[in-house]
Amino acid sequence: MNNNSAVTFEGVCRYFGEVRAVDNVSLIVRDGEFFSMLGPSGSGKTTCLRLIAGFDRPTAGRILLYDQDVSQLPPYERDVNTVFQDYALFPHMTVGENVAYGLMIKKVPKLERQRRVEEMLDLVRLPKMALRKPGQLSGGQRQRVALARALINNPKVLLLDEPLGALDLKLRQQMQIELKTIQKRVGITFIYVTHDQEEALTMSDRIAVFNQGNVEQVGTPTDIYEHPATLFAAGFVGVSNLIRDELAERITGTQQPFSIRPEKIRLAPLAEIPGPNTFSTTGCVGDVIYLGILTRYLVELDGGGDLVVVQQNLETTSMDVLSAKGQHVRLIWSCDHIRHLET
Amino acid sequence: MSGSYGAVTTSAIWKPEMLRRFSTYLYLRPWLVLLLLLGPPMLYMLVVYLGSLFALLINSFFYLDGYTGKVVHQFTLKTYAELLQPSNMEIILRTVVMAGAVTVADALVAFPLAYYMAKHSSPKMKTWLYIAVTLPLWSSYLVRVYAWKLILAKEGIISWFVNLLGLDGVLSWLLHLPGIGGSSLSLSPIGMFIVFTYIWLPYMILPIQTALERVPKSLMEASGDLGAKPASTFRFVTLPLAFPGVVAGSIFTFSLTLGDFIVPLSLGNSRFFIGQAVYSHQGTSGNIPLAAAFTVGPVVIMIIYLLFARKLGAFDAL
Repeated sequence: MNNNSAVTFEGVCRYFGEVRAVDNVSLIVRDGEFFSMLGPSGSGKTTCLRLIAGFDRPTAGRILLYDQDVSQLPPYERDVNTVFQDYALFPHMTVGENVAYGLMIKKVPKLERQRRVEEMLDLVRLPKMALRKPGQLSGGQRQRVALARALINNPKVLLLDEPLGALDLKLRQQMQIELKTIQKRVGITFIYVTHDQEEALTMSDRIAVFNQGNVEQVGTPTDIYEHPATLFAAGFVGVSNLIRDELAERITGTQQPFSIRPEKIRLAPLAEIPGPNTFSTTGCVGDVIYLGILTRYLVELDGGGDLVVVQQNLETTSMDVLSAKGQHVRLIWSCDHIRHLET
Repeated sequence: MSGSYGAVTTSAIWKPEMLRRFSTYLYLRPWLVLLLLLGPPMLYMLVVYLGSLFALLINSFFYLDGYTGKVVHQFTLKTYAELLQPSNMEIILRTVVMAGAVTVADALVAFPLAYYMAKHSSPKMKTWLYIAVTLPLWSSYLVRVYAWKLILAKEGIISWFVNLLGLDGVLSWLLHLPGIGGSSLSLSPIGMFIVFTYIWLPYMILPIQTALERVPKSLMEASGDLGAKPASTFRFVTLPLAFPGVVAGSIFTFSLTLGDFIVPLSLGNSRFFIGQAVYSHQGTSGNIPLAAAFTVGPVVIMIIYLLFARKLGAFDAL
């Protein structure tokens, strides 16, 4: 990876009538990186992807692809390829014809086409499927065909629009690893749209967090997880306790909101005296959810509000943790683990 | 008083209970439901629909005795031999060529409109276009044919307009073309072609529109994304996927033209089309077997046509 920019957004806006789907977004995707656009539905991430692909054009601003302004170019003039959410495989063609489509359009000789299709189907681990029709494949297999069809053109940037959304959990996790491996192998810039924060954290080199047409934060997964820049980023990526107003003042002495991750909070006996450099508060354990490796507690604070606390089940059994319900406890966490947030 | 009250209460309890048991009974026997639903229409189909076709087929194997003028109810291929005579084959060929030309013209006119309806128009616009497309079907077909006769007549609006443009030379050149010309547009194969194309157009637009509606937009985007210009996308993706719709539409336009006799009767000249032949053979000359044989002709042609369409892969994307 180097620092050349693959895709640059300069003040890009896309309005649909009154709706500001993308509102003044500026960001840089670096050459060769796995870049995720993460956000809830309607946050503008898919619109951004469609703007890069050329299915849509910005209302204002510029989009650069390797320093060339592509804002007004049609999709077929852009050296990017897309893996669609619904895969968009051509139902009347075989798997082989689907994968070969881009090469067929470029009039690559038939023999070379065949060779490269075979290579690609090997890469996505679907050898000997070339003669099947898309309708005969499972969801995961179709997903791989869509990937092969896009990658065979050797695009400068590969766009992926929630490609794993329709797969079940096991397959999704397997495909996450596979996608990452393939990306490293081919060295192409991937731009990956997802609403699944875990997926983004697993695969990405960097993540842009989208909210209501704006980018809230761009950073590495650890950055975003450990130093969320905004209230929204803290709440959307991972589980966070957001504490503000009087509650924040009672704990830290100022009204500035902060976030604390549930796994950073320790459940202690009420009588324990918190050490230096820690914050603490007291409450009553409400719900206890036993999750196998973890237990999640919902603690109702004495001064109002509640906090989620997650503890690993290192030595405790389900019997132990479930008996915690209704007990009065002290919650302690280190000052280093809170993140002050902009509102 | 209290007795009648009791009776009302009992029946009120009794009725829903009966209904519930009846619907459970039916739910557990889906074949019975199917039989009840499909029985009457199937009976109608078998007796009236297929029965008449079968009677037609049977009749085509009888023949008309030329001396007595009576139909001989005896199996023979004589009638078909008569059908194969050059004068009759010419009628069939002429009708097939016309049906083919009308089908091609309808497909060419219908596709852009159907494409616009399916892929570009707003839901509101689409409703209006649906109404506009089906509007002609609300009025009598006969009235519309006669309206066209007036439009195409020598003193009609088209001749007037052509004159206005100073193109009457072109029109008279067209009308002097052998085979398709005539004394005026309203008495020539060209006029028939125009009217046929107009009359069957809705039957072509609607199936194509339905087929295009079923092609997800993402497929066209994917094609463009993979480097195909709009023309290539149309050729490799849109058209193949909409082709079943074109075939469905062409079955209508083709078979309706094959069987029609009103348009040739009112706009044609002395050269017969199949419909006219059937009409005159069963009417004035009472040659029911030959009329039947003439009707079997289009059925056979349609079967050949469908087999051909299947071979073209028209039904692959269904």
